[in-house]
Amino acid sequence: MADELTLGAAALVVLVLYALSGGADYGGGMWDLLASGPRARRQREAIEHAIGPIWEANHVWLILVIVVLFTGFPTAFAVIMTALHIPMTAILVGIVLRGSAFVFRRYDVRDDAVHRRWSTLFGAASFFTPFLLGLCLGALASGEIRVTDGKVSSGFFAGWTGPFALACGLFAQGLFAFLAATYLTADTESEPDLQEDFRKRALASGLLLAPAAALAFLLARHGAPQIFARLTSWWAPLLVTVTSACAIGALVALWCGRFRWARAAAIGQVTCILVGWGLAQQPYIVVPDLTFVGTATDPKTLYLLKSALLAGAVVLLPSFVYLFYVFKRRPI
Amino acid sequence: MTDFLFARSQMALSLAFHIIFAAVGIGMPLLMVVAEGLHLRTGEAVYLDLSKRWARGTAILFAVGAVSGTVLSFELGLLWPRFMEYAGGIIGFPFSLEGFAFFTEAIFLGIYLYGWDRTPPLMHWISGIIVALSGMLSGIFVVTVNAWMNAPAGFELTDGRVTNIDPVAAMLNPASLQQVVHMTLAAYVATGFIVAAVHAFFLLRDRRNVFHRRALGIALTVAAVGIPLQMVSGDMIARMVAQRQPAKFAAMEGHYRTERGAPLTIGGIPDDAAMTTRYALRIPRGLSLLAHGDPTAPVIGLEDIPRDEWPNTRIVHWAFDLMVGAGCAMLAMAGWAAWLGWRRGLPDDPWFLRALVVAGPLGLIAIEAGWFVTEVGRQPWIIFGVMRTADAVTPMPGLVVPFVLFTAVYVFLSVILVYVLRRQFLETDPKTTPGRSGAAPGVSRGG
Repeated sequence: MADELTLGAAALVVLVLYALSGGADYGGGMWDLLASGPRARRQREAIEHAIGPIWEANHVWLILVIVVLFTGFPTAFAVIMTALHIPMTAILVGIVLRGSAFVFRRYDVRDDAVHRRWSTLFGAASFFTPFLLGLCLGALASGEIRVTDGKVSSGFFAGWTGPFALACGLFAQGLFAFLAATYLTADTESEPDLQEDFRKRALASGLLLAPAAALAFLLARHGAPQIFARLTSWWAPLLVTVTSACAIGALVALWCGRFRWARAAAIGQVTCILVGWGLAQQPYIVVPDLTFVGTATDPKTLYLLKSALLAGAVVLLPSFVYLFYVFKRRPI
Repeated sequence: MTDFLFARSQMALSLAFHIIFAAVGIGMPLLMVVAEGLHLRTGEAVYLDLSKRWARGTAILFAVGAVSGTVLSFELGLLWPRFMEYAGGIIGFPFSLEGFAFFTEAIFLGIYLYGWDRTPPLMHWISGIIVALSGMLSGIFVVTVNAWMNAPAGFELTDGRVTNIDPVAAMLNPASLQQVVHMTLAAYVATGFIVAAVHAFFLLRDRRNVFHRRALGIALTVAAVGIPLQMVSGDMIARMVAQRQPAKFAAMEGHYRTERGAPLTIGGIPDDAAMTTRYALRIPRGLSLLAHGDPTAPVIGLEDIPRDEWPNTRIVHWAFDLMVGAGCAMLAMAGWAAWLGWRRGLPDDPWFLRALVVAGPLGLIAIEAGWFVTEVGRQPWIIFGVMRTADAVTPMPGLVVPFVLFTAVYVFLSVILVYVLRRQFLETDPKTTPGRSGAAPGVSRGG
């Protein structure tokens, strides 16, 4: 496979990893804001314990997506950052407020009032940031961002303001909320009452995900016609089947209290959704004017970048294994 | 103000904010690892207590550094898309290496901060060492990118098109070594001084406090060893700039007329119209000696640089003098500390401690000033001699909005940070016996 496509695939893999790890951290923030009932405080603590040691590392996946994009596909990066200037800026504000609020809360808990104030900021930013991320991905797929002579010709509002992008935003929110609640059921095995709280939340968000997915799918017909047309390819029915099987499997496992199975199924579900989007989107990086091959930089840089990613993976994998071994081996 | 100026201001603000956390994020892990290492060697509980305290500060500063660094990686594209389009393929490579170094740092920092009672002591310490090393490495990679903007290399221009890209040569450009050494040392020195100042402040209240005495010993050692090396590295980088970027060098020195045996100009007010720096202190032949090691060597003045390629002379000259002044003051403090320390152990003379409290922020001030020298001094270029900053800016209108937004966010964060860190310090004030404050963060909250 050509280096351009290898790197495109690598960017997709990194994005999937970000969704599975960082995405779930956003979801954790949402459940933090929505913590309720007699165990609200304990729910928040469980979320904090689950996220605390790993959120910084999880966040780096996003930086890696950006770096791969601007090193490997600088023209596309310039276009994306110009056309999506407004939502991207809002994402940054969300990232800054969320990370800071989380760490301030952790080290500055004196009384409940202060704690709540930071929680509110952390939770609110956890809600709107993934919405904007979904919005941006939807915009890339929409086909409304147009490029003439290497410059954005469709202005600063194209793509991300349409109903399809909005549906993508909602879907991303729901997906991350579901993912987080499902992870949390597996993280709280030593506390059955807390586990039951998160089970209910996972089931509710998992069920709500179905209409959100349907909405995004229906809007794609007009909102992202190229992508929609791809869903007639040979692989599409297969992927839809596997995705649905994972989604239903996750719900059934949650219902039956098989939380590790539920976590695995939810991971499969998110992976399939993003891979499906990637397959439908390629060879375009920004539909319909920019392709991966067309915006790729010099072959030597691509080769080095590919090697760096491989070498990096060799360093990262054992580090990650150790991180999760230390913190996820037994409940905190 | 134009959109272009707002874009520049937003970038300057973001960098000025981030660089503090980046520098302290490189320096703090070294301090905490040294403290923990001393605990492993001596078994003294106070060192363990110390490394835990420092780790809490590191956690807060690292988190803010990580998110403000994310802002920068986006802003490169949000504000300077033409630059990224042009340079991404050439100089993105060290950024990708930085990504992995940062990854390693984040992973092992998680282990370090939360793993006090979940990892064997030696493994915990090794995790800290990995944090310190990868933090230093990510700083190095990022600085090579900035060095490339000052000394572009690793590509050829044919008919205005970039060809023959060599990302490794771009990373190892002629300015890299000097800039990397200077910035890395700056991070350690600045962290050493600011941390030493905090503990000096508490020692002034209670000179016998073992916790603060040990802390001061470590931080002051790092600072005092670093600053003489930093002066040498400063000399190296200045010679490099004199050779490669004569406009920046002339602006730094407030030097207008090309001449042999040029004097060193200290302070004063650069006057571009009159082509002289007024009211300055001049040391005959000093500049020729410093720049070229020869008191009679010619030094290019601004008069030989086209007027539209001058940087802002006042900002660059004053920032440069501020940086050098801060460096000299820190060197003097290090000398004083060495003199006192040589005579009777840890320097705890009240007048020294008071001076140290005042000198604490000098390292961070020098970093900010030095950053202004290198960035403002490179203007009007974003890639020296290749691309003008004005040609790199986004077509996006209304940049006043994100500028105001980020200013508000950063001011808000700064206020909160000072507040939260102050609390951490006050908690640090241990009437505490070692051990009481020894619980890991989070665990001490009872979960």
